Parts: sequence; structure tokens; C-alpha cells
Amino acid sequence: MAFWLGQTLNGLSFGALLFLMASGLSLIFGLMRIVNIAHGSYYLLGAYIGLTVVRRTGHFGLALLAAIVALALIGAVMQRLFLARFYRQEQAQVLLTMGFSFAFADLALWLWGGDPQRLATPAPLARAVTLGPAFFPAYRLAVLLVGAAVAVVIWLVLERTRLGAVVRAAVDDQEMARGLGINVAPILTGMFAFGAALAGFGGVMGAPFLGAYPGLDSDVLPLAFAVVIIGGLGSLKGALVGSMLVGVLDNFGKALFPELSYFTLFVPMAVILALRPTGLFGRG
Amino acid sequence: MRHRRRRAPWFLIGGGLALLLIPQLVPVYFTHLLILTLVYGLAAMSLDLLLGYTGLVSFGHAAYFGTAAYTMGVVAQRLQTGSLTAMGAGVLAAAVLAALFGLLAMRATAVYFLIITLALGMGTWGLAYRWVSMTGGDNGLPGIPAVDLGFGWPLRDPVALYYFILLVCAAAAFLLYRLTLSPFGLALQGIRESEGRMRMLGYNTWLHKYLAFILAGATGGLAGTLYAAYNGFVSPTDLHITASAEQVLMVILGGSGTLFGPVLGAGVVVFLRNLVSAYAQRWLLILGIVFIVTVLHAPEGLLGKALTLAGRRARPAASGTPEAAGARPGGVVAEQATEPEQEGA
Repeated sequence: MAFWLGQTLNGLSFGALLFLMASGLSLIFGLMRIVNIAHGSYYLLGAYIGLTVVRRTGHFGLALLAAIVALALIGAVMQRLFLARFYRQEQAQVLLTMGFSFAFADLALWLWGGDPQRLATPAPLARAVTLGPAFFPAYRLAVLLVGAAVAVVIWLVLERTRLGAVVRAAVDDQEMARGLGINVAPILTGMFAFGAALAGFGGVMGAPFLGAYPGLDSDVLPLAFAVVIIGGLGSLKGALVGSMLVGVLDNFGKALFPELSYFTLFVPMAVILALRPTGLFGRG
Repeated sequence: MRHRRRRAPWFLIGGGLALLLIPQLVPVYFTHLLILTLVYGLAAMSLDLLLGYTGLVSFGHAAYFGTAAYTMGVVAQRLQTGSLTAMGAGVLAAAVLAALFGLLAMRATAVYFLIITLALGMGTWGLAYRWVSMTGGDNGLPGIPAVDLGFGWPLRDPVALYYFILLVCAAAAFLLYRLTLSPFGLALQGIRESEGRMRMLGYNTWLHKYLAFILAGATGGLAGTLYAAYNGFVSPTDLHITASAEQVLMVILGGSGTLFGPVLGAGVVVFLRNLVSAYAQRWLLILGIVFIVTVLHAPEGLLGKALTLAGRRARPAASGTPEAAGARPGGVVAEQATEPEQEGA
């Protein structure tokens, strides 16, 4: 019992981390139809930037802030200077973001070296809490709560504010939104920067248990893709449900069948795809 | 179109002669690079069947290459079969994998197809990486036996192996070439231009695309078995997203929609990689920059760019404006972007 509860919570907290990545990936796709291969790099850069800032200042909050700002900038520059030129040219955008992902991976290797590094868990959270029969690391619980909070905030902003209404209008029909006099270009840049910042934020949040190492970007990207394929591209609800599902499946896969753990993840994904090609909450 | 076809045999004979003679003239190091060019060229050519001819943007093509290579290695080592049987098993495994993945991916269209092939390719990489008892995991699968054609002398000498690989690649390329000119191949190109119209004309477009997908997977697998026979070693890197991306880059660099362009693109990537081997650590950075620069400045590929430039110089008054040339079918950027314009034109 303790095993199942512990592993489920582990999976859910990993899912919360995935949500930080996948929600940005999904929103960017929903708005701009960009399959952003560089999204894993945002996570990686976030983790490394967080590590550097904590080593310099010893402050975890500052690390989060630095990663958010840095990745928002990187995202905005990429969207503004490169991707915006290729509106509606999906293949070109994929190639571009793929080129960026290679360049980022190599730059990270150059700047931070090839050894795996781990961020110390923030002191107040470096303990275990008792949850019924199981002990559970307080930090992972915090990640779970932060993920939930981020989900609620994004949902509130999208559903309850004017900005959210404008974004939803742009998602539904960019041409129409333009026609209504909405200035779409800064919204696109802003959303891209926001998605990148979320992934960078996730990178710092995840660094105490996933660490930072070369190849981390291409370890998390397939999982984020699995999330959006299962949940449905462009759907926030899909990103949330997909993250939890993928987090739990991946965790149990690794715990129960370490050799075939990708099967436990990709077979359910294949089944969902076969039944619903656009994912659980996708609109096609 | 007509005089390009008439000129093709001379270009082919010249190229073929060069490929036959080169290993006799150059240091053996270049023969190794040429082998890699042929092997990756075949893989890129098979991908181009989807990317350039059918308009299916597949981003997980290294999965078939790698699966075939692993299958060949495992079969040859565990079952002790001859290398040709093991190669056959590899190609079959790639075809079966493509048949399975095709069923899933083909339900989706356009950009969903892209993301699903990408994810499936990543899943295959994960399997190769984590299924340690079968694949050796991170350490890869060493000791794949050299090709033995049954005369009792395995092809270990690079020049002999080069001619064997050249023969296989030339045969495969010829078949692919015939295929693109066959009614089936022309139907694929019709699907690329407008799937809706082809469906209306009574073509079973799903089946056409599905068969192309399996064929491309099997041919990619053939390249994978040649690679395994040459290299004697397969590792998860050969299925990684980077490997898939390199194959896409080869197609784009050489010019998608031209069957022999991807071989040129493969040559560029192989030689570039070895030129910068002094800075091996920075290969990914250079590859990334090549990607970005290509998309920004030569979306129709090196061959396409060269043809455009040559065409512009040869007949300046003709309708070959840069815009028209850019919208040439098969250009990366043009492919999906100009759909509405083409309808209107």
C-alpha cells in the first residue's frame, strides 16, 4: 500500500513538472501551430540557470526569477526574429526550432560542462512528510502544489480576464481576431515568451530531483510530446490530464518494468491515438 | 521536364563512373566517408519518398534505420544466421515497424502526423536505450559480424565493402527511381499537391500513403542494415531524434522532391561532420546553425538553389522568378505554406 501511494504521488509530482512544460508547448501550438522542438531546451537552460544562480547567491527564489526572465527573453527573441517570418509554414518552423535545440544543447554543454549536476533541495523543504502509511519528500509535494497553482492561475487568466478572452479569440481564429482590431503580433510573442518561461521555471523546480545534465532536454521532450498527444494539442485541460497520466505511467513503468518502461508509456499513447487521433481533449 | 529526363542518363553514367573509380584514386579514409554517404544517402532518399514526393512530413525516420540495424545485429549474434539472412530480418523488422507506426500516424494529418512520427521515433529510441538485455542499452550492440556473401570471405576490406554497398544502394536507388516514375509514384506526387483532388479522382489516397510509408521504412531499414554491416556496432544514438533530424537535413540540403538530391545532402553532412571533427564537441552547434541558415536562406535546398540560380542565369526572361522558383513543389517552405495560393493560381 505504501509503495502504491508513494509511487502514485511520485508520478503526480513528476506530472506537475511535466505540466509546466507541456502547457506551454500546447498553448504555443494552439496559438501558432508551432511544434516547438526547442521546448526541451528551455527546460534544460532553466535548470542550468537556476543552478548557477543558487551557487552564486544561495537563493532559490532568485533562481526561479532568473530562469523565468532569461527564458522569456530567449523565447521572445526566437519568436520575434525567426519564427514570426514563417507564419503558417509548419515544416520550416519545426526545422528552425530543431536547429535551435541543437545549438542550445551544445551551448549548455560548452557553458556548464558534461557532468550531471544536482541542485540542493531548498532547506525548509528538505525533509519527509508522513502521508498515511507513506513517507513522502516535502519538496515533491511542493512541486505538486506549485503545478496545481500554476494550472489554476492559467485557467483563471484564460477564462476570466480580458487578456484571456483575447488570447482565446486568437487561438480560435487568428484572422478573425485581426479583423476585430486585436493586435495579434504582441500576443503571439507574449504567449511564446510565457511558454518558454514556464518551461524554464519547470527546469529550476525539477533540478533538485532530476538534476541538470546533457541530454536532459531530449529526455523530457518526448514525455511532453506524449502529454500533448494524449491530452490533445492546444487544450489546457488536455495538458493537465495528460501530464498526470504520463507522470504516473512513466513512474510506474520505471518502478515495475525498468527495461520496458517506454512501453508502459507509449502503448497507452498508441491506444489513445488509435481511438482518438487528436487526443482526449483535442479539437482536431 | 522532358529534357531533364533526357539528360538524366548522362548525369547518371558520369556519377556512376565516378562512384566506381573514386575508391581506386583516393585515400582509404575517403572511402569510409563515401560508404557513410551512400548509407545515409539511401536513408535520406527513402525519407524523401515521404517528405518530398508524398508531402508526408515524417520526423522519426531514424527509428527504421536503427531498428533494422539492431535486428540485424541481434539475429546475426544470437541465431548465428548468415549475414544476408540477418539483413533480411532487419529490413523486415523495419517494414513491420513502419506498418505499425503508419497505422497510428496515418490517422492524423499535417502537423499532427509530424508530431506523432516524432514521438514514436523518440519512443523507439527509449526502447533501444532501456531494453538493456536485448540492445545493450547505452553501451550499444558491438560485434555485428561483417557481411559474408557466402564465398567464405567476409567483406572486411573497406574498398570491397564499398563496392558491395554501392551495388545495393544503386539497385535500391534505381528501384526508387522507377517507382517515382510509375503510376504509383505519380499518384503520390498528386497526393502531395492536392490530396482532396486525388481522392475525388477515385484514388485510395490512404492506401497510397500507407504503402509509401511502409516502403520508405523498409528502405530506411535496408540502409540501417548496411550501416550495421559497415560499422559493426549500433547504439541508441543511431535512433536518436538527432539522427532523425540529420536525415531530414540531408533531404532539405539536397533538395526535397529530387531523388538524388538527398544523397548530395548526405555527402555534405557526412563530410561536414568529419571536417569539424577537430571540434567534435561543437558538432551539434554547427549542425544547429546549418539548420537555421538553410531554413532562412536556402529552403529549397542546395541542389534546388543551384538549379534556381542556374535557371535564372540561363533564361533570364523566362517565368522563373525567385518567387515562382521558391514555390516549386518539394521546397520545404513552399510545400504547405503555398497551398491556398496554389489553389488560386
